[in-house]
Amino acid sequence: MSSFIANTAQDVDEMLKIIGKKSIDSLFSDIQPRHEPKSFNIPPGISEFEILTKFNLIAEKNNVKLVSFLGAGFYDHYVPQVVGALSSRAEFYTAYTPYQPETSQGILQSLYEFQSMIATLTDMDMVNASLYDGGTALYEAMMMAIRINRRKKIIMDGGVSPIYRKIIRSYTSNLDIEFKEASVVHGRADRKEILGMLDKNTSAIILQNPNFFGAIDDHSDIIESAHKLGILVIESVYPVSLGILKTPGEMDVDIVTGEGQSLGIPLNFGGPYLGFMATKKKYVRKMPGRIVGQTEDKEGSRCFVNTLQAREQHIRREKATSNICTNVALCAVQASMFMSLLGKRGLIDLAQLNFEKAEFAREMLESVKGVEVKRSSPTFNEFTVKLPSDASDVVKKMIKKGFAAGFPLSRYYPEMKNYLLIAVTEKRTRQEIIDFVDALKEVLCN
Amino acid sequence: MQLIFEKSVAGRRGYQLPKSDVNVTSKIPSQYIRKTECQWPEVSELDVVRHFTRLSKLNYSVDANFYPLGSCTMKYNPKISETVASIDGFANLHPVLPQLDPDLVQGALQVLYEMDQLLSEIAGMHCFTMQPLAGAHGELTGVMLISAYHRAKGNKKKYIIVPDSAHGTNPASATIAGYDIVSVPTDKNGVLSLKDIEDKITDELAGVMLTAPNTLGIFNSDVDKISEAVHKVDGLMYYDGANLNAVLGRARPGDLGFDIVHINLHKTFATPHGGGGPGSGPVGVKKSLCEFLPISRVIKKKDDVYALDYDYSKSIGYVAAFYGNFSVILKAYVYIMMLGKEGLKEVSDHAVLNANYIMESLKKYFDLPFDRTCMHECVFSASRQEKNGVHAIDIAKFLIDKGFHPPTIYFPLIVKEAIMIEPTETESKQQIDEFIEVMIEAAKLAENNPEEFKNFPKTTSVCRPDEVKAARDVACNYFLNK
Repeated sequence: MSSFIANTAQDVDEMLKIIGKKSIDSLFSDIQPRHEPKSFNIPPGISEFEILTKFNLIAEKNNVKLVSFLGAGFYDHYVPQVVGALSSRAEFYTAYTPYQPETSQGILQSLYEFQSMIATLTDMDMVNASLYDGGTALYEAMMMAIRINRRKKIIMDGGVSPIYRKIIRSYTSNLDIEFKEASVVHGRADRKEILGMLDKNTSAIILQNPNFFGAIDDHSDIIESAHKLGILVIESVYPVSLGILKTPGEMDVDIVTGEGQSLGIPLNFGGPYLGFMATKKKYVRKMPGRIVGQTEDKEGSRCFVNTLQAREQHIRREKATSNICTNVALCAVQASMFMSLLGKRGLIDLAQLNFEKAEFAREMLESVKGVEVKRSSPTFNEFTVKLPSDASDVVKKMIKKGFAAGFPLSRYYPEMKNYLLIAVTEKRTRQEIIDFVDALKEVLCN
Repeated sequence: MQLIFEKSVAGRRGYQLPKSDVNVTSKIPSQYIRKTECQWPEVSELDVVRHFTRLSKLNYSVDANFYPLGSCTMKYNPKISETVASIDGFANLHPVLPQLDPDLVQGALQVLYEMDQLLSEIAGMHCFTMQPLAGAHGELTGVMLISAYHRAKGNKKKYIIVPDSAHGTNPASATIAGYDIVSVPTDKNGVLSLKDIEDKITDELAGVMLTAPNTLGIFNSDVDKISEAVHKVDGLMYYDGANLNAVLGRARPGDLGFDIVHINLHKTFATPHGGGGPGSGPVGVKKSLCEFLPISRVIKKKDDVYALDYDYSKSIGYVAAFYGNFSVILKAYVYIMMLGKEGLKEVSDHAVLNANYIMESLKKYFDLPFDRTCMHECVFSASRQEKNGVHAIDIAKFLIDKGFHPPTIYFPLIVKEAIMIEPTETESKQQIDEFIEVMIEAAKLAENNPEEFKNFPKTTSVCRPDEVKAARDVACNYFLNK
């Protein structure tokens, strides 16, 4: 018997007696002999000690020792110890969705604080209690826009993450939605091209700031033109950058989404991460996902509940605003802890530090012969360089020198064979950046 | 309790960043700079620690409370799984590293590959994708696969059959993927009758979504016959794995005729639910559907080398950015390895034993709409108590005061005043006896002093929040409410 089961043989006998059955097998009589498994070849169980040995060995086959300049939307920020210590309290992580508000004020208040902190970060009115990740949040935003203005054409800027573009195209391949994608640019969005695509059938424009190549933009002019035609604007953002950058609220964006991994969530080889969504007050009833709202209890005390549940699948079934049920509440709570630790000053300092480190790296790389920095506008903590040879080969050689040198763009853009996307966070020291540039020089010389 | 914002004092800091060791002259031009101030609180590290520690104490959790929340499988979450997931080599691994060189992530790819094999064997399927990030996400992926299959065959399909007892996510997922919904009522035995399904089958049927056992905790003995009937019109059978905990090693969806399966790792495979998530909803399919699975897929090459493969022209594409909720998948893998074949069978044995024990012990006191042997959960109705003005929600609040997390209430929708109890296998007879005793106490109080219920719960920090007010005056942002 595994240690996760408590009933002894005597318990089992007593329980069967009450039930009036002779054996546990007889409880399964609705499963007929013809339903029995054709096989069930699972290895025998092993002890906790053996598990630890086994998985330490497996983990050693992963390389986390490289000095990383990898980003592409997922960043190697430092996570303060407080976040791990608090979020590993079992009262948070072994609870279920807060269906009973009286037993869940801890999670509900944490989520309310999360929503409020994302709202002030993005300068928006209403935030939900999380979606799976940044990519699915962007897809949900697009579906929300279509629900709001009942139009079927979507325009996507060329600066939106290619990973997100692929996700959105997968979801909509069998839906009646027309897509227009603007050309890929390393700088600001191409106004002329995007504005030329707008018409009265357009539901929404999807933008990203900073874009996939790190370029900073102010989309206010595009948004103003879009609103004149009743078109909604969706913007995907990188939360840390908003410590400095003009906010979506200041630009009058309608729906903001983002990947919150940079707010205290470990990289975890791709998940769980933290999708978030913010919108204007007038659209809150069209928003997908759970929303925590403030209210009062019987005694008039402030408390928190899941609200506007009439939008959701467990009430509305096929007419729901989304099928989402489980979200990533624990990651949202982790982000709340991270944001509380940072505070308003810490956020600005973190953003500034990321900007400066990347600028330092960029300036150094500009002086390397054969390396061309590709950008036509300012960038935030990430930028593209063109190398004199295939970036994938250079990256492989850099691994041998101890660096994850960046993301070779040919993976998504075959015409950019020599292009490398480099991210620099607050974790990279001056010396590491200097060593990185030196190593790159050596690799390019040979 | 105070909000973190109300504890804010100007100038206080909770976290020290490294000092800048670079000097750069470039600045971001002012037109790109934010003018408004972000209002994150200014608090010390101890302020944050105390705030969230106190908040945590307002939660009920599996580690502190019996949590028989029906359909949610709130079993104990082993600590070893948490330890393994926090190993540096897993927790700090960047997801695009394999695109630099797959040699950098052989351990992670091994975990994904071996989980594909284990889940395939457990569910009787040919292969799995780990990408879906939760159960409902798995459902959406599954219905997209149904759609891709029919498109490839040139089938003209329009609708999906869903039982009236189904989770709300089933019809919602199928609608989002572009299908109409046909709902089939549950019969007097608590299942879908073969005949009722056959009546709804036409050439335009794309597929049927079933939970087995269903949300009433009943296993439909005709499920394989339903599969046969659906396959006759080239419809596909979708298995909602929310209730897989009942049948491990006893029945496999693949053998019952299901073509597509999702598994909620955060239910059956004991990964913690985090107060609402993260989950993980891997999707398994029969051989004929493998070519449609999302990319990337992990393959094993010669000499035990793992790689990511993107070369599937018929794939539905990406449903998530990477390889799913990797750390959740890892925790589930640890759990399966630890239990092994025999341990997994014991899971279902004791989950079903515990549920039947509760059902038999309480059926004198509460109405039991479908009085037959149940699987991993049982569904009562508080209709007898309702006659005295005591509703399912009142009984739930009474349980809270006794230290129990309440069962699921008002679901499935087809049972009036439903109380859905899922004890799971990790609870002992003694713990369950305490619960039974308290439920009987509730039934007696509903007979003798029903008025009392209006005052429950008395022991929690809040009592009966005004949900109507919350929905009317939506207040979900502190800075807007101020």
